[in-house]
This record gives sequence, structure tokens and C-alpha cells, in this order.
Amino acid sequence: MDDLYRDYILEHYKRPRNFGELEPHDLENHEHNPLCGDELGVQIRVRDGRIEDLRFQGHGCAISQAAASIASEELKGMAVEEVAELDADWLIELLGIPVSATRRKCALLNLKVVRGAVTGDHSWPA
Amino acid sequence: MRAAAESPAAPGAPAERVAAPNAAVSAGPAGAAELDVRGDFPILAREPEGRPLIYLDSASTSQKPAVVIDALAEHLRAHNANVHRGVYGLAREADAAYDRARGRIAAFTHAEPAETIFTKNVTEAINLVAYAWGRANIGPGDAVLITTMEHHANIVPWQVLCRERGAALRYLEVDGDGLLDPDQLDSELQRGDVRLVAFTHVSNVLGTINPVAEMTGKIRAAGALSLVDGAQAVPQIPVEVEALGADFYAWTGHKALGPTGIGVLHGRREILEEMEPFLTGGDMIASVDFDGATWNELPYKFEAGTPPIAEAVALGVAVDYLAGLGMERVRAHELALTAHLLQRLAEVPGLRVVGPPDPERRGGLASFSIEGIHPHDVAELADRCGVCIRAGHHCAQPLMRRLGMSATARASVGVYNTPADIDALIDALIDGRQVFGL
Repeated sequence: MDDLYRDYILEHYKRPRNFGELEPHDLENHEHNPLCGDELGVQIRVRDGRIEDLRFQGHGCAISQAAASIASEELKGMAVEEVAELDADWLIELLGIPVSATRRKCALLNLKVVRGAVTGDHSWPA
Repeated sequence: MRAAAESPAAPGAPAERVAAPNAAVSAGPAGAAELDVRGDFPILAREPEGRPLIYLDSASTSQKPAVVIDALAEHLRAHNANVHRGVYGLAREADAAYDRARGRIAAFTHAEPAETIFTKNVTEAINLVAYAWGRANIGPGDAVLITTMEHHANIVPWQVLCRERGAALRYLEVDGDGLLDPDQLDSELQRGDVRLVAFTHVSNVLGTINPVAEMTGKIRAAGALSLVDGAQAVPQIPVEVEALGADFYAWTGHKALGPTGIGVLHGRREILEEMEPFLTGGDMIASVDFDGATWNELPYKFEAGTPPIAEAVALGVAVDYLAGLGMERVRAHELALTAHLLQRLAEVPGLRVVGPPDPERRGGLASFSIEGIHPHDVAELADRCGVCIRAGHHCAQPLMRRLGMSATARASVGVYNTPADIDALIDALIDGRQVFGL
């Protein structure tokens, strides 16, 4: 069993959930990882203060794509206020794999994009 | 610049270990002459997680032979003092070691010591030209010509200069084989507005070796200046700055078996004499009064502040080591490895190599992508087998855009690599495809 490239990680990488366009949407944001040039965008529809639906657009490594896919399932239905408070540990725990320092930004890019859309804060999740 | 003979050690210069490479020669897989110097590089004796360290990232930075590491430590241990200031014996030792290092470094690339300016790296060398020459000589209606295969270090300084001075920045395009089109250079020069052409000698992504002498001849005939980024070239092919005909030629120590923190800018004397300084302060002045200063002679006019002294001494030993191997043999070694690399990469299903298919037109590297595995994952999978390769945009995002890729994986070789290192990479890539279910 591979520590990093577990079956569910590769499954999400090959068939990412909630990727594509979302129309209409209320929020959107686009960020890139300057280390590798990977780009990720998000479109979010909000209803009654919660994320009703969202879609990611972009490409990247297995870790960044799988992380976005896995996170998207958790983010649906979450209160926008709660999303604004999410930190790096939330995502790393959700992924359930050992993420090395050099791959950390790959894993966190989706949260950076979503938080940026919701709060306007474009810093990396701590 | 003309070819300068190696100057003999100055009297009273500190005794220094002479670089003596173990230049054994054996037959490579393709029957080519091959260096066997891995044992000269202490870091390659490491065995992380019980596996030999296989380093295929020399285009990022080279590993260092023991003679270079020892020279750096020995200078700090026994001969350390500031240069150009002290009257005591120790300061004279430091002066002699520093000046001798410049002489050896200049001789290695067939340049004059006065035309051999120490910088921090290639980035600083190019910025020196962009600021000190560019801001005085480029204006509205002028153009700077670069290529789409440049490293960011040879793009951004020209973008900033051209924006500031109202000049045009234009690009020479790269064809499907990673080569420049000589006709496009001709037609660009015929427009009559080009003041400077800046281009890389060897591309850090495509591997392409550009025909520098042919290009600088045309550029000079058109009344423009040339700047060549030699970061990838100097460590692996014979470089004679005078014969190449470049007005400026920049390279860096850490890719040429030397330490980080020292780069070199060669410039034509008459141009350097006309230029104002780049950075100002100590050491670069002749005299300072309350309301002004006059500049020191070349090369010191462009070396403000305390220079990288121990680094220069160590780089002097590094180029001696390379000269001891013989740059023709270094090139033959890396050419054989590159041919082996291209041949073996072609065995991996779904793998695409960018750049010239002919190894003769390449430096010692290959950038590639594998269908179904992102380059970052390729590098991660290689790392698990103890193989160090790079992944990313290699500081060449405009080129990646032209190639229609966001990133590539890149394997690059140095004097210490062997065909077995490349075979280990190929095994890792084939295993990696299995991990990804391909």
C-alpha cells in the first residue's frame, strides 16, 4: 500500500468530483501555486448563508487535484462563516496522507482558492 | 577580451591544494569516452534510506568536489581577511588568493581579469547590464530582443527596463524542435531599432545549444549589443568568451562545481569603461568627497562592498578542476549521457520529451512529461527511488506557455553521473506508472 498515492487519492485524481463550470454562481476566485505554475479556480453558489454548490476549474498534481475533489464534498452545505475559519490542519486531516513540506502548497491550494472567494483573504492557509 | 594565459601563483600567495581530478576513462554504453569521478564528490557517498544518492538535477545546482569544499574551508580557516584594505601579512594573503582566483576564472573562459566582474549570480549580472547600460542607452523607439526560451532572469530585467524607458521588448520564437529561426533574427535586426539582443547559450528547459558565434556576428553587424546567459553552458561545454563574440557573457559559480553566492559577468572593456556603476558604495570608488565620488578601475567599479572572497577562491579551484578534466572531455561525457538519457526515456510509454531530438544540439538535460502523471508526482515517485530530478516551470513560464504545458519534469546530468544513474531513473518512472495504475 502506497502511503501517499493511496487508492482513494488516485481515484479522486483521475475522476475529480465537482470540477467544471457552475452557472449561476455568487462567488468566484482564481489562484496559482507560484512554485509549480499550477492554477485553480472556483465558482460557488450560496444559499441561506451556506455553500449550496461549488465547482473547481484547473489542473495540477495528484495531491492538489485529489485534495480539491475531497474538500469539495465536505464544503458543500457548509456555512460560509465556517468556511472562513477553516485552517490547514482541517484539510491535511481530511486528506489522511502524510503531506511533506514541499507538497503542502499542492494540498492547500484549493482551500486558498475557496477562502479567497469567501473572505477576500488571499494568504496561504496556516 | 582575449585569451589570457594562466597567471602563475603570486609570490607569497598561500599554499593551496591543487585540484587533481581522478580522471579515469572507461568505455560508456555507447562506446564513448566517459569520466569516472563520482568518488571526488563526497555528497554522492550518502545513502539516504539505504540507497545510493542519484543526483540528476545539476541544471539547478551542481554538486561540489572535495577540492572545492576543502578550498572554501581552508581559506576561511587559514587565510581569511578583507581584501584591498589591509597592510598586514594576512590581508596580503587574502588579496593574493582573491586576485589569483580571478585570474584562473578569467583564463577558464578565455577572458581578461579586468573584464571579469564578480556578481552574486547570473540574475545580478543581467540586472547590472539592464541598469548600468540599459538605462543610459535604451529609450523610446528602441527595442530589446530576447527569446521565448529564456529563464525569468533574462526576461524580467528587460521587461522592467523597456517599460521604464518606453522601449519595445520583442521575442524570437522557438520551433517544434526547440530551435531558434535564424531568419527571424535577421528580419528583427533589419527593423533597425534593436539595441540589445539577450539570449541563452544553453536552454535550461529545452537543452538547446544556441549558435552563439553566428548570432553575435549578425547582432554586431546590425550595430546592436549581445548579452549571453551562460549559466548552463559554462559547466558543460568549452566556452571561450572572446571567440563567441558576445559583448556581455554571464555565468554562475554554483552550477560549475563552485559555491553559491558568486557569479561572473564578462564584458567588453570599452563598453564597461563607458558605463556608470550599478551598485555604489565601498570598494568601487577611487575617491569620495562630500559632494561626489570617482570610480575605481575595472573590474572593481562594478563590485561594490566586500566581495565573495572565499567563494571566489573556491570557484577558482572548481574551474581548475574542470580544466583538469578537460572541457572537451566533459562535453563528450555529458553528450554520451544525454544520448543514453534520450534513448532510455523513449522506452517509457506515454512519455514526451521537449527540445531538440538530436543530442548533439543539446546540453546535458531532458525535460519531459508523462501522460496521466503530473510532473510533481513524477519527481516525487523518482525521489522514492533515491533519484533527484526537478519538476515545475523551471523559471521559464513564457516558454511553458508556448509549449502548452504548465510544468515538466527535468533530468540533468553532471560530470559525476553515470549511465546507471539514468537507468535508475527509468526504472523509477516505470514503477511510478504502475503506482498510478497506468
